[in-house]
Amino acid sequence: MLAARPLPATRSLLAAGLWLLGGVTLLSLPGCVTPRGTGDLAVVVERAVGSVQIIETTHNTILQRVTGLGDLSHAAMVYSRDGRYAFIFGRDGGLSKVDLLSGLITQRVIQSGNSIGGAISQDGRLVAVANYEPGGIKVFSTTDLSPVADIPAMGANGKLSKVVGIADAPGQKFVFSLYDAHEIWIADLQTPDKPLLTKYTDIGRQPYDGLITGDGRYYIAGLFGEDGLALLDLWHPDKGVRRIMSGYGQEKDKPKQPVYKMPHLRGWAMASGMAFLPAIGQHEVLVADIGQWQEKAKIPVHGQPVFVMARPDGRQVWVNFAHPHNDTVQIIDVPTLAVIHTLQPGKGVMHMEFTPRGEAVWVSIRDENRVDLYDTATFVRLKSLPMDKPSGIFMTARGNRIGF
Amino acid sequence: MVLPWLVMHAEAADLSSSRRVDLENLLTQDCGSCHGLTLKGGLGPPLTPEAVSDTSLDVLIETITHGRPLNAMPPWGPLLAPAEIRWLAERLKRGVSAP
Repeated sequence: MLAARPLPATRSLLAAGLWLLGGVTLLSLPGCVTPRGTGDLAVVVERAVGSVQIIETTHNTILQRVTGLGDLSHAAMVYSRDGRYAFIFGRDGGLSKVDLLSGLITQRVIQSGNSIGGAISQDGRLVAVANYEPGGIKVFSTTDLSPVADIPAMGANGKLSKVVGIADAPGQKFVFSLYDAHEIWIADLQTPDKPLLTKYTDIGRQPYDGLITGDGRYYIAGLFGEDGLALLDLWHPDKGVRRIMSGYGQEKDKPKQPVYKMPHLRGWAMASGMAFLPAIGQHEVLVADIGQWQEKAKIPVHGQPVFVMARPDGRQVWVNFAHPHNDTVQIIDVPTLAVIHTLQPGKGVMHMEFTPRGEAVWVSIRDENRVDLYDTATFVRLKSLPMDKPSGIFMTARGNRIGF
Repeated sequence: MVLPWLVMHAEAADLSSSRRVDLENLLTQDCGSCHGLTLKGGLGPPLTPEAVSDTSLDVLIETITHGRPLNAMPPWGPLLAPAEIRWLAERLKRGVSAP
């Protein structure tokens, strides 16, 4: 079956090797022999070489590598609602649609000069890319990556702005922040080629990333230029954006600290009715009650937090750190709001991704060239897989969640 | 007039080869978080040899050492030795890793 067709250039080296050995009939080569689901798959970004590896998390093995994805510095991805396709956003403005079953790039467009991430619409038909250069978002059909809408991010200050923190919201909306213009915009794409824009200005200095809560109600932008965050209640968009937790870094003789890696915000910061957020420049995780948005606690941690991620059941929050503390991961116990465990997986911990029900977590360790799987109850390392400078890890379960 | 160049060259040359590998990794991976792994830019500006051609070595060293407090660029002076920062600045000008 496979031998009857030419081997596409984008198929992995592993598959090519197997094909040459004639071993395909014995193996469940994706798209070839045995049908399989995609619900247990994950994609790991190998950012330096422009490839990704598809792994399965039932037996925790590597399925195949997909190459030719361009510059994957800060690569992110979203999934089609059927869990079969990954839409991968590269730094070089490349948007690639990858079939996880065949390991093939089905479409690829260079849609800007420099991009940061993207989001998929509520109905799964549109994929939006947030761009640094030129600033703005571009929207494409998930079917064939044909262009649907182009929204330049011209701020009220008259300058094109880098766009960060894009999230999907209910009602075919995308919400995003303008780093250089200090604004938050909502783009309503119910009529896809006629986006309806709502703009909020002066939301706070230099929003660097954003998140939407799992119910799609609150959009929060982290601010680099001031101690605080900007909150938009999407159930009451007329009430505007308000600052929350302002001045968190200005107490207790704490001078403003340099930030060696920008934190990342996503909807996994929510646990047990609380939001857990990185305090920019501080060795602290901020805690607020969802809905009240008052500071409830500050949890001292090992370094400047980068990812602050709740286990899916909300009982634990895992934190990794900026350089030079990026060899460490700490685990916060949610009921007591205290650090209960510290792991040192190795140099360059970039990202963590929980299994959908949270019994285990994948950790990418860039400078050690591997991803590790940890048991979240015992903190025992269960498995290691070799990877080339791994960064982001993305499970297909994201495809069914708001904000992912 | 030649002396300052000789001095800085000697400083950067003092770095061990393993330290240079570390610095190259730092430049690609950590600086690359904001400036892109290929240094073509991201949240921070591009740092390719063409992009920094109008910026003097001293200004590069100054920027790496003290950062740009109003933007996201942190000061690396607290974490790196002057000779290491000089090596990074020279490396940016050169565009490729030292042989």
